[in-house]
Amino acid sequence: MVAISSQRKWATGYLIAVAALFITYQFLFPWDGLPMGIYDTLQLWLPPTSVNEALVYVICALGLNIVVGYAGLLDLGYVAFWAIGGYCAGWFMSEFFHMINIHFYGSVAKAAPGIHVNFWGVLLIGGLVCAFFGILIGAPTLRLKSDYLAIVTLGFGEIIPQIFYNGDDIGGFNLSNGTKGITILDPIPAGIKNIGPFDFGYKFIVFVFLAFVMIFISLRLRKGRLGRAWLAIREDELAASMMGVPLMQTKLAAYAVGAFAGGLGGVAFATHVDGVYAERFNFSISIFLLAMVVLGGMGNVWGVILGALLLSWINSTGLPAFGQTFNSRFGTEINFPSFTFLLFGLVLILMMLYKREGLIPESRLRLILHEGDPEEDLSPKESK
Amino acid sequence: MGKLKATIEAKKFTGTRGQVRRKRIETSGALIIAALMILWLGINLIKAPTQFAQVTVLGLRNGLLYALIALGYTLVYGIIELINFAHGDLFMLGALFSSYFITIWFHQENSNPAGWVTFVAALFAAMLFCGTINVLIERLAYRKLRRAPKLAPLITAVGMSFLLQFVGIKWNGSTPRQWPTVIPHGEFVIAGVIVSHVTLILILVAAPLLGSLTFVVNKTKQGKAMRATAQDQDAARLMGIDVNKTISFTFALGGALAGAAGLLYQQSIGTTNYNLGFQLGLIAFTSAVLGGIGNLNGAVLGALLIGIVQGLNDGLPIALGQKWSQSVVFTILILILVLKPAGLLGKVTTEKV
Repeated sequence: MVAISSQRKWATGYLIAVAALFITYQFLFPWDGLPMGIYDTLQLWLPPTSVNEALVYVICALGLNIVVGYAGLLDLGYVAFWAIGGYCAGWFMSEFFHMINIHFYGSVAKAAPGIHVNFWGVLLIGGLVCAFFGILIGAPTLRLKSDYLAIVTLGFGEIIPQIFYNGDDIGGFNLSNGTKGITILDPIPAGIKNIGPFDFGYKFIVFVFLAFVMIFISLRLRKGRLGRAWLAIREDELAASMMGVPLMQTKLAAYAVGAFAGGLGGVAFATHVDGVYAERFNFSISIFLLAMVVLGGMGNVWGVILGALLLSWINSTGLPAFGQTFNSRFGTEINFPSFTFLLFGLVLILMMLYKREGLIPESRLRLILHEGDPEEDLSPKESK
Repeated sequence: MGKLKATIEAKKFTGTRGQVRRKRIETSGALIIAALMILWLGINLIKAPTQFAQVTVLGLRNGLLYALIALGYTLVYGIIELINFAHGDLFMLGALFSSYFITIWFHQENSNPAGWVTFVAALFAAMLFCGTINVLIERLAYRKLRRAPKLAPLITAVGMSFLLQFVGIKWNGSTPRQWPTVIPHGEFVIAGVIVSHVTLILILVAAPLLGSLTFVVNKTKQGKAMRATAQDQDAARLMGIDVNKTISFTFALGGALAGAAGLLYQQSIGTTNYNLGFQLGLIAFTSAVLGGIGNLNGAVLGALLIGIVQGLNDGLPIALGQKWSQSVVFTILILILVLKPAGLLGKVTTEKV
């Protein structure tokens, strides 16, 4: 009961933060009466795009958390799902395939060429296509030991973006428009209003909704039969299989759900930047996401959200803004954004060395991760 | 868990029905792939024999470089079962160090005797440099996590890779950098195939290194300690082997080879970039897996094969071409892991409780 009421508290906090941010960006930001100082500070330290981007990262990090945090399978190629989701948005929500004309509850005029599927439909398509690829890559490889699995996913995460990168001429067929990418996506239909690329406030609500769906899925799955099977596998694969947990199916399910979330995140990211560009899907995205999961606390939904918001904000806004302020104050010319590599590397190393369970630890995981530490007291803490 | 794992070789017992079926799938899959490979090679060989030989030579040259890096992966994996993601980036630092050593600190820009002496000095300096860094990485990061669950050291290694890439960005700059090279640049022709002096120098440097590594591991006392530690750390400790020292020594060996590879790469290609280590590291790792990770001869064999396949793919008339190079290598990696995880020369390992 303690856990539920604390979750309810979290949910209330989530809603309040969302409402505050929405009011700020939708009504306060365009308001002429806002003092210039406050406007500039906000624009520098917390622009609407950074908040939206952070939410996209939350969606993906929650998906990766299911694979890494719940099931304990290291996935180093998560960016592949992100890319596939993104290209689903590119294919089905733009004029890219201009030789055909397919409309399915699209948000643009019927005469427009290309495939125009409703945004919410594309979300589903992107998620399902990714889940399919998750199963496709998982089925033959999930029998491997954890470190081999990490490498296979890493290879997958390199191949898929390269296919899109070179995809402007696959046997004469233009699959992805290569490095030029696919631009100008359809607006998001949301009842009375179509949300275009610059409606940051409304897009924020859409992303909040998607993140909420992911939080809900994560929490519910964890409590259910599947979630408990994942935790059992994470803790001891052999013991779990002895207890009758079907290893392959359970791991595949983790992969599929994780990939589905990656697809959602991919579609969301495509609408966020209003296009898909092959060179944006690189290895460091996979590692950024991993760092978010690790920093926040593997397996803990709230921890992962915190990690994703924090690191995404630092990456997109915090470091550049800090650098700008620091450099103008002290007259230096230090290139702060280049320190992201240092930051993310250090986050991974230091967290693993000193606080393996993350900022908001999950109690069960804490015990496992410290298994083998000689001086550590392994007895479970009394819950309050 | 780690210490309770033992390696057993499958002998008479052919396995359960599922295992037999899986084996059959694996064998037929491997045969189909081999047949396709032979078909592809055959068509190309008939169509352009000289070009075939030419790209094979180039591929072998790259393969030697991969071998030096792959050995670092395989040595470390063999002894502590860790995929050292940072190893590729260590190679990148080796390349950067060599560039600075030769061009900036000793001002050698031409191929003359002074340049060649600096080259040899740089070889030892780079090996020392990378060996030291690798030992420090092990000491500061991996040692504490030796008994932790597998996920922890793996994630640390990824973080370490990012850290080294950061050093690379700061040292090299974020764009590729061109360097003068001091090794001779001539070439000669054997039966229509051009062999450059760079290839010869690569062989002259790499072959003794590989030979001495084999000697150290198989014939010396330290090598015996390494093999013992790889088999069973606790038993080795009981036999009076200083396990920490042995693991440090292994990291030093792997690092030194990466340093040598860095110098050779920098001198033969002439450009450095901060993310060099990521690409070549992955290719080298693929080589190690292809040969059977943990197996030294396997790593060299795998590296040469990967080098040749990559060379053929990049240079042959009927092939996917260079822009698909990475994808070809990773597809090989995935196929190997799916069809024959133990690699070409590796032993079948079974997890025991």
